[in-house]
Amino acid sequence: MLLLNSFLFCGIVCMIAQIILDNTKLTPGHVTSMFVVIGAFLDSFSFYDKIIKVVGGGALLPITSFGHSLIHGALAKANEYGILGILMGMFDLTATGITAAIIFSFIFTLIFKPKN
Amino acid sequence: MVITMKNEKYERIAKDHTAPNPKLKNAVIAFIVGGIIGLIGEGIIELLCMYTHMSRNNAGTIMIVIMIFIASLSTALGFFDKLVTKCKCGLLIPITGFAHSMTSAALDYKREGPIYGIGANIFKLAGSVILYGIIAAWFFGMVRFLLGGKI
Repeated sequence: MLLLNSFLFCGIVCMIAQIILDNTKLTPGHVTSMFVVIGAFLDSFSFYDKIIKVVGGGALLPITSFGHSLIHGALAKANEYGILGILMGMFDLTATGITAAIIFSFIFTLIFKPKN
Repeated sequence: MVITMKNEKYERIAKDHTAPNPKLKNAVIAFIVGGIIGLIGEGIIELLCMYTHMSRNNAGTIMIVIMIFIASLSTALGFFDKLVTKCKCGLLIPITGFAHSMTSAALDYKREGPIYGIGANIFKLAGSVILYGIIAAWFFGMVRFLLGGKI
């Protein structure tokens, strides 16, 4: 069941993005930035957590999940340390993704040559 | 000839010669490709949970690292760009698009040297995602915190 939910959720998010991209003058950069903000907004009232419970891995993959994990880590630390915790916990959950992306892209850039 | 051509006729000829409207096709392709990526992600999580007995959270983290690895490698090998021009948002909205934007920016500016080439440009496209993500998360986090909500 989670597999089907993953397929539907991830597919629908991508389809909405494609429709926005086709019908407006926005570039892919605008759309991805917009989706991150939407993800952060959805999690500010723990709505995205419920989506992840229902959907599973398919909700972790779209870029909306990036905004969700930013604010989720920040609020988790804020419960512990007060208002300073928002600054402390911002990268707690996204650190894996960002670090992995930096390391892999750097290594592959050194190894491979650009293709035109 | 041009002057006597009626508007209706012109419109009909112009319609015959423009490409068919690809919006619906693009949306369906994005839905299917994005869905398949979500399906693979959930499949990897379930396989990891089944064979290594790790928790679902850890399996999710490893799944994201695997996806980033695949996207980075295929961008560096050169065939991810061709897939993106066909599938567009199906590949750009999942985390694969984030890895793709970093690797392709780094590769494009490789010849300008390690500092002003790779170092200065690796976040050229992914930087906006991180910037607006942090600003939004900080803003909504402050609102939520000041309203006194707990997670």
